[in-house]
Amino acid sequence: MATAHAIDGLFAALFVIFGLGVIGTRQMLGTLYLFVLHSLALTGSAIVLGVALGSPHLFWVAAITFSTKVVAVPLVLRYSAGLEIYGRREVDQVLTIPVSVLIAAALALVAWVAANPLVHALAARPFADINVPTGLMAVFFGAFTVAVRREAVAQLMGILIMENGAFFASISIVNDLTIIAEIAAAVDVPVAALVIGLLIRNIHSVTGITRVGLLAELKERR
Amino acid sequence: MSPLARYLVINLIQIAFLLVFAPLLDGILARLEEIIQGKRGPSIFQTYRDIWKLFGKDEVVSEESTWVFRFAPNISFVMPIFVVLLIPALTAFPLFFAFMGDMIAVGFLFATSGFFAVLAAMDTGNVYGPVGASRTRLVGFLAEPVFMVAFFALSYVANSTIPYAVNASWTKSWAAMLQPAHLLVIFAFLLLFLADEGRIPVDSASGKVEIAMIGHSKNLEYSGTGAALMKWGSAMKFMALLIVFLNVIITPWGLATTTHWGDVFFAIPKVLGKMFLFLVVLAVIETSLAKLRLFRISEFLASALVICLFAMGVRLVGIG
Repeated sequence: MATAHAIDGLFAALFVIFGLGVIGTRQMLGTLYLFVLHSLALTGSAIVLGVALGSPHLFWVAAITFSTKVVAVPLVLRYSAGLEIYGRREVDQVLTIPVSVLIAAALALVAWVAANPLVHALAARPFADINVPTGLMAVFFGAFTVAVRREAVAQLMGILIMENGAFFASISIVNDLTIIAEIAAAVDVPVAALVIGLLIRNIHSVTGITRVGLLAELKERR
Repeated sequence: MSPLARYLVINLIQIAFLLVFAPLLDGILARLEEIIQGKRGPSIFQTYRDIWKLFGKDEVVSEESTWVFRFAPNISFVMPIFVVLLIPALTAFPLFFAFMGDMIAVGFLFATSGFFAVLAAMDTGNVYGPVGASRTRLVGFLAEPVFMVAFFALSYVANSTIPYAVNASWTKSWAAMLQPAHLLVIFAFLLLFLADEGRIPVDSASGKVEIAMIGHSKNLEYSGTGAALMKWGSAMKFMALLIVFLNVIITPWGLATTTHWGDVFFAIPKVLGKMFLFLVVLAVIETSLAKLRLFRISEFLASALVICLFAMGVRLVGIG
């Protein structure tokens, strides 16, 4: 159990680093790859927890996460918003990168403090002490990405990071959820990606840009 | 042989290890990068030949320069030797100087040689020297606070700043090795290593364009013995940092645990093997990433700082 705990810690550290990478990367394609790695860390954690707790449901979580987030989401995004992701290079954002990573550090502290009572309440769950704060941190990171990025695609990455974070925390709390619920939750992800991707494509074909920050104001007011 | 003399000889072996193999690592890294790029590349012993050739050449010193210019190569040659006395290069047990200085002292010794190299670069009046010097300081000003925070994070995780004690704290168990705080520190250190050694996302070590150089244009004015000492010194600095990074932080295994001669000598190939594996990783990083624009370096180092803060935070809240 101690070894499994340690390996879960490894995946949690990778989860944090990749989540931070999504905040700190300017390249559009880079954020997508980091999201894929982020999902791989979630898959790894689910497998470790599945082995350690002897729960077949967690293997399902791992398989579903892998197939939807590592395989399906990049494919769906390539289909629906390929030009925006593979054709463009840099995303701009409201704050500079050093400021946003520093804010990310502050958010991490908030996540730890906020998760602390939960961790105490969940003392019976062996992996909750690692997964709950880390997952909460990823939720904050994702929300921050959505708030700070001016690009629709990067904001989508933020939403998906939030989703990953929620999963990361929940697999340690509820490890015998029925498969139906898991599939339902997981299928939402590529669907959301598809819908947002198609929206991005439409916005792009109408206005030529997807910098939604610029689209917030009405044209007449300028 | 008395234990005292034995310890002294092991210290000398460590210094010889650094002196002999540092140019080899330089050559292997250059060769690996060329191979990955689909070229043949120079022999791995090329750096030895360069140093040998430079020692046989005449030295030209600018009339405008002062004693600093002639003194700096000696400093940059000697400092890595001092450093290797403080860190576990071949042995897991502390030697004579182990408790004379901790990792902060290692940083201080390297900073001293960096300080003199910068002064010497500005000393000659060459145009590119001061440019390189000011850019090195730009990266240095950003990297050094991060180094401090990284050392504090590391000492906070391992409960000591003495390299030998840090090394011993990882080898206890796999759980100690894999704790999240340790992994975050490893990652932050890798970023710092790349920045400090002038490796690819920050600076290009093989670039030949003076105007784009950050640190490497500092040595342009040296010739003959001075250039040889500078080259050898920078190879040794690279190797000493590699020893800190590998033996203290990432892979604390493979060091001699007894004062038995066979044990000590057998540690040499093991440590070199670890270094070779890391050089392969470094060569892949160097050939697959692009160089950052100068003003993006602050972002690179800010991420390293935040990762260090994470490591401390993880430790503070008692997760890792």
